[in-house]
Amino acid sequence: MAASRPSIANESSTRAAENTFKTIVSIAAIGMVILLAGVIIILYLDARPAIERYGFSFLISSDWDPVFENFGAAPYIFGTIVTSVLALLLATPFAVGAALFISEYAPKTIGGILSFVIELLVAIPSIGFGLWGLYVLAPFMRGTVDPFLRNVIGPIPVIGELFKGPTIGQDLLTASVILAIMILPTILSISREIIAQVPRLQKEGMLALGATKWEMLRKAVLPYAWGGIIGAAMLGLARAIGETMAVTMVIGNSSRAITPSLFTPGYTIASAIANQFTEADSEIYFSAIVELGLVLLLVSAVFNIIARLLVRRMNRQPGGAQAQ
Amino acid sequence: MSNRKLVAAVASAFFLSLSIGFAFAQDATPEATPVAGSGMITGPIDGEAKSLNGAGATFPQVLYTTWFSDYAKLTNVEINYQGIGSGGGIKGVTDGTVDFGASDAPMTDDQLKAAEATCGAPVLHIATALGGVVVTYNIPELDASAEALKFTPDTLAAIYAGTITNWKDEKLVADNPALAAIDQPIAVIHRSDGSGTSNIFTSYLKAVNTDWATNVGAGTSVNWPTGIGQKGNAGVAGAIKGVPYSLGYVELAYAEQNKLPEALIKNASGKFVGATGDSVTLAAAGVKLPEDMRIMIVNGEGDGTYPIAGFTWLLVCSNQKDAAKATAITRMLWWAIHDGQAYHLKLGYSPLPDAAIKANVAQIEKIMVDGKPALPADLMSMAMGQ
Repeated sequence: MAASRPSIANESSTRAAENTFKTIVSIAAIGMVILLAGVIIILYLDARPAIERYGFSFLISSDWDPVFENFGAAPYIFGTIVTSVLALLLATPFAVGAALFISEYAPKTIGGILSFVIELLVAIPSIGFGLWGLYVLAPFMRGTVDPFLRNVIGPIPVIGELFKGPTIGQDLLTASVILAIMILPTILSISREIIAQVPRLQKEGMLALGATKWEMLRKAVLPYAWGGIIGAAMLGLARAIGETMAVTMVIGNSSRAITPSLFTPGYTIASAIANQFTEADSEIYFSAIVELGLVLLLVSAVFNIIARLLVRRMNRQPGGAQAQ
Repeated sequence: MSNRKLVAAVASAFFLSLSIGFAFAQDATPEATPVAGSGMITGPIDGEAKSLNGAGATFPQVLYTTWFSDYAKLTNVEINYQGIGSGGGIKGVTDGTVDFGASDAPMTDDQLKAAEATCGAPVLHIATALGGVVVTYNIPELDASAEALKFTPDTLAAIYAGTITNWKDEKLVADNPALAAIDQPIAVIHRSDGSGTSNIFTSYLKAVNTDWATNVGAGTSVNWPTGIGQKGNAGVAGAIKGVPYSLGYVELAYAEQNKLPEALIKNASGKFVGATGDSVTLAAAGVKLPEDMRIMIVNGEGDGTYPIAGFTWLLVCSNQKDAAKATAITRMLWWAIHDGQAYHLKLGYSPLPDAAIKANVAQIEKIMVDGKPALPADLMSMAMGQ
């Protein structure tokens, strides 16, 4: 019996279904935009007293004093950017390396097991990372990693400034390491998917021309995948910017000083909100905390725009271009 | 090996947090003599609401949940208490979203005015317990048998202001000869989250040190001049255990449960005193209480007084709209400040001195519903007789 084609007799009802479906997906898309707009509007309304009172100085002042009602978010913004960018720098090479190993070098079963184990990291709640960070990582950083960095890199001019001062173990560096571990699986699993998408023909062509495996990866796989890998990194960055609990437990929560040393305790926007929101009892204090939320949104948006521009530039480069 | 260590560390961290609620339940209980006015509430009564909602301070949460679970067995009134923080408790009673709020910091005049607008009459502070704040530290050279460190108001303020930075500072060594050998920077630890504990501690520093009063001030969150912040008592205690040569402050209840070293503090009479249930109660005994009970009692007079202490309050609108709820609230309050005081020592809190109980009763009498006192007649006559 021949397979019957879908009947087109009932054309008008098909078109109605088409239109209904189109409406539904449009509502879904527009709904997202409305939701975001709603969030921004509410944040803005609640933050208005602080915006009007402190203006631009909110972003550049480093004095956060609930008692005397001076609010400047600079240390929080600084801490957020430093920890998330550093986490990204630490995590991306590992993630991309592991992704290449899993998809190009490892036997299938081992690759499968490895990626499963690494992706299990996603399932650990951030309070779990926080406890581990506070009781295991922070003492390890204080006792072993920090003194090592201080002794080895500390004497080098300029870059040595990053590793100066007493080591408590609860500082910007420890927070960055925790964040790097937390965003690693995100970057890894997306990178792996992207690398798996590279056309077989392109790789085999490269090998047929006499390229070694490393040359093949460098010339055929990575140029094709860069755009996607940067996208993956940006997703990781977004998680790092918004991460609260684990960071709060190891960053030291001190908004006093902006210094070049990664050994100084710091503060991120998200942890400042989480720490102070419940007891923000005066109106202006509450308003300043809501403005922090708005600033956090702004920081994420700026990073997202940078990421878009990067991806676009990558795709214009040779190798990336024909991949699209 | 390191895996096992890791598992052990994580497990012990979980255990630590779990044990907060349970450790005390097993401690031997010093028998407290019941407060006069106890035993008046013996069972359910007609016309009383069967459930109440409260929210606020986390510091008295262990006390309140224990209280309310026993109170439900006694009267069949279920009271749901959520520890969302003092700020949340004040907000709840201001917006009228809870039947009662709870706070470790007294409401400010502005807050009272805002709350009065929704309540239609003043919001009352009913003190339920006293809490002490303990200064604790980790110096590996000083083992458990070593004498407790001694701090004066000035040395403590200087450490938190960042002007004393080393353990062998001569001002510290003057009171603690053992510190002469400890040439290490002090890792100062404070709370990162807004907390009543910080409010008591900074109120104390503000009261005893003029520099602190002008530069930092007091509050649930302040702009700390130095140190690292940790979330909650558990976070501070964890940091102190994990960081050698550190110093921080936690609630007395928490320090006792976790067997942390407790420093002696020089009080207003010049005596070095450690925090105990009794020395904290003394902090409120020598103080003239204002009628509205809004007072920070730090640096109290008296030889045996521990100076870093404070009340925690329930916040109740004095113009109740629902008679059944008003009856339930006033009866609960009566029970809490009389019968409830017997719970404090075994849970790590300090009971109220008599003067505070009397002042509380006067507050409860002011709770009205439809223009009449909400306190049931039998309790009202008892209150008048006191």
